[in-house]
Amino acid sequence: MPDATPTNGTPRIGFYVCHCGTNIAGTVDVKAVADYVATLNGVVVSREYKYMCSDPGQELIQQDIREQKLNRIVVASCSPLLHEHTFRHATEQGGLNPFFFQMVNIRENVSWVHTDQAAATQKAKDLTRAAIRRVFSHKALEPKRVPINAAVLVVGGGIAGIHAALTLANAGKHVYLVEREPTIGGHMAMFDKTFPTLDCAACILTPKMSAVKSHPNITLWTYSEVAGVDGYVGNYKVKVKRKPRYIKEDLCVGCMECVTACIYKDARFPDEFNVGLSKRKPVYIPFPQATPQVVLFDPETCLQLKKGKCKQTCIEACDRECIDFTQTEEFKDIEVGTIILATGFQPFDPAKTPYYGYGRYPNVYTALEVERLVNASGPTGGEVVLRDGSHPKAVGIIHCVGSRDEKTNRWCSRVCCMYSLKLAHLVKEHTGAEVYNFYIDMRTPGKGYEEFYDKLLKEGVHFIRGRVAEVTDWAMTPQEEGKLVVRVEDTLIGSVRRVPLDMVILAQGLEPRADAQDVRRMFNISCATEGFFLERHPKLAPVNTFTDGVFIAGACQGPRDIPDTVAQAGAAAAEALALIDAGHMELEPNTAYIREEDCSGCKSCVPLCPYKAISFLEDKKKAWINEALCKGCGTCVAACPSGSIVQNLFEDEQIFNEIDGLLSELAQV
Amino acid sequence: MRYQYFPGCSLKSSGRSYEESLLAVLRALEVPVEEIDDWNCCGATAYMAVDEVQAFALAARNLALAENAPGGANGKPAQILAPCAACYLVLLKTQRYLAEHADLKQKVTAGLQAIHLSYEGRVQVRHPLDVLVNDVGTDRIARRVTQPLKGMKVACYYGCQVVRPFAAFDTVHNPTTMDRLVTALGATPVDWPLKTRCCGGTLNGTIPEVGLRLNRILLNEAKRRKADAIVTVCPLCQFNLECYQGEMRRKFHDDLGLPVMYLTQMIGQAFGLSDTALGLQRMFVPPARVPAVQEGGKAAHA
Repeated sequence: MPDATPTNGTPRIGFYVCHCGTNIAGTVDVKAVADYVATLNGVVVSREYKYMCSDPGQELIQQDIREQKLNRIVVASCSPLLHEHTFRHATEQGGLNPFFFQMVNIRENVSWVHTDQAAATQKAKDLTRAAIRRVFSHKALEPKRVPINAAVLVVGGGIAGIHAALTLANAGKHVYLVEREPTIGGHMAMFDKTFPTLDCAACILTPKMSAVKSHPNITLWTYSEVAGVDGYVGNYKVKVKRKPRYIKEDLCVGCMECVTACIYKDARFPDEFNVGLSKRKPVYIPFPQATPQVVLFDPETCLQLKKGKCKQTCIEACDRECIDFTQTEEFKDIEVGTIILATGFQPFDPAKTPYYGYGRYPNVYTALEVERLVNASGPTGGEVVLRDGSHPKAVGIIHCVGSRDEKTNRWCSRVCCMYSLKLAHLVKEHTGAEVYNFYIDMRTPGKGYEEFYDKLLKEGVHFIRGRVAEVTDWAMTPQEEGKLVVRVEDTLIGSVRRVPLDMVILAQGLEPRADAQDVRRMFNISCATEGFFLERHPKLAPVNTFTDGVFIAGACQGPRDIPDTVAQAGAAAAEALALIDAGHMELEPNTAYIREEDCSGCKSCVPLCPYKAISFLEDKKKAWINEALCKGCGTCVAACPSGSIVQNLFEDEQIFNEIDGLLSELAQV
Repeated sequence: MRYQYFPGCSLKSSGRSYEESLLAVLRALEVPVEEIDDWNCCGATAYMAVDEVQAFALAARNLALAENAPGGANGKPAQILAPCAACYLVLLKTQRYLAEHADLKQKVTAGLQAIHLSYEGRVQVRHPLDVLVNDVGTDRIARRVTQPLKGMKVACYYGCQVVRPFAAFDTVHNPTTMDRLVTALGATPVDWPLKTRCCGGTLNGTIPEVGLRLNRILLNEAKRRKADAIVTVCPLCQFNLECYQGEMRRKFHDDLGLPVMYLTQMIGQAFGLSDTALGLQRMFVPPARVPAVQEGGKAAHA
């Protein structure tokens, strides 16, 4: 029983305060802290050292444990998020149970947030005194070991999800790839060419899409969404909702006979894949290379589904008898060990910048619309024409629409400069028009990117440096009659210009998806302030999250281009593989348990547990906590009216000692 | 409930026809208003640049007077009606700043106390556009119309202050309240992008070459879009756009002759009110008329 855990005899505490170069020592008088702590009860060794996390720093701890017979270790340094593991390991290497170690954060909580050296030093002493008192009541604990289920869930079938799924599947792991739309491919499938190499997006993407479909290790569920997630690292239980396509997916071969036979002779509903620039029928395949190559019925527009009345010419046309209007939502329960979220981004909605005239002037387009216009399989067969069918002679591309803007989104969307250059090249190539780029700064950091910019300069594309004020149609000169006029301050010549154009393209930025908050709650991860999923560490754990076993890849974590997305997807797959191949994972033993003799059986705790870890033992009339499910949140501990729930690492005595330590000298002031 | 009417200096002088037509229209719509007793100058934009605290105190005195005026608010906050765009903005700005800055509120409160006034921030600052669309409603206005302005094309000009920076009752970039009102009168609003573009403000007095250029842009564009009139709700905009057309003819040979009317004059015409009731005899450019009304009932274009 945990109560019988050895407490290691009379405390002999070793204390170490870290300079962290000047990160801590620049603000906190570390020597004064070490000298002070040496005087505290139970402290045998008190040292300062330049970098405690270095090998010699860790060796110092181990040596002292051996030579000074230490049985408690306290280190005052950075955040436990960064180095708690390091020092626990050092403590263990020295021969102690690692949970006799306690960390004091005097960097993020002290030196980085204070400027007054005397006050900062005092705060460091106070926090340390609390920790010294706390370790008196520490106990030896054993970490939980949980097995890792080898199956992986990948959420989102854009290039990130596709690449992660294939990497894992090729390594022999089973992957469930869940995609919300009827086809995988994501935004990349909508692009024409990719920068800076100008290779065709479809040509490089569709082989990977086919590979996903045919891979024996991948279960592909499109037109599906994750409806619920339960469990913990290695042992997630996931519920997937499969929306009805009204087609028997395993029978349909994508012959499209039903589409031809549809009672609607003409396509008349906005085609999502062509961002509304063309029309589709109620039964359709999103685009020729859609994967899976299976039709679907749109319940909003199909007469049979909407009104229950139609001649059902489609059913007559289908000789494989695939059509089933009785289909309903279906739920699949799966068990996976790890999860990769690759839910992507949404393009900025230019309705939020009404001064650029989108929706008001028909010849103002979004960049995504122009991707479809220049695409050979797009609504115009690759011909860049205006809404009236004429060819533009002057085209402007406005950069940073919904990026680097206090009024909309503050961040740089990273890809717009490059895709604007690409579109400038393609539009010029297709039309011979004069093309103007209105930019704030050209940001071209990537392999071959600056060279591509240079190529565009030589091609005679115009570059005007300044944020556009408005796109309007009031004419000051006869030349401006009937044109769109871009009003912009040209900051390089220092004057305001009016540039008459036939077509304006808004280089919309990248945003978190509208439902990113719902998704993050479902998977129990965090979002950064702007709404993109938050990584565990921006530099050193970029695809990890604060939830073990849940990884993120691609633009759901922040705007990024295809090369970076693919690299990140590979990294997320590798992180998942590392867990799977280790076979198990050690979990923090900070779980709660119930002291049966004190439990009154009131059941207060049972419904409170967010992880469904508490059940009620009817035979004993006592509550019981499944420690494999407990995440150590402490909710039940606080709620128990009889105080019968104890949480490892956060026992009452430990917390009270910490408080006593903190207040002991403050009280004398 | 009576609206506490704050005319400001313009509506008593150069913008007299705005006051005349506004009050006539509100009377026709049975909207009760009473002029705030002993109101003072709002301070306009100029005083803010000289001494902010005093400027806020000056404007706050009017808010305090309206807030404490007798006259059946029925538990609803008192409504101050400020037709001049500059007065409206200054009063609104004062209210917002006093609500957000405790130190400023303290100083202004002390000043008001010295003259035995108090201000708690309950009064609502309203512009006639707001009241006509949101309190009266376009349906009620359309029902009152006796002479529909059929065939008349109107360029609605909001100016810079009514929706910026606060946009309390309309959208910043493409306001529509005035367009909806002239539609209710039977006229056709001209779709144009210059609804809130600067009219030149006081530049006609200080740097006339810049001011005149800004005036011309608006007038020429309205003309280009075949507007029969520009309609505005700001006395300074009205003055700038109407009174310099002669100078434009002399300097630039612009042949404009474009009537620039207050919205309330346009409404009054549709209600069948007399020219003098609407101050139409004061106009420099003769007002736009419905074709049927012109020339004694014969259609002008016939």
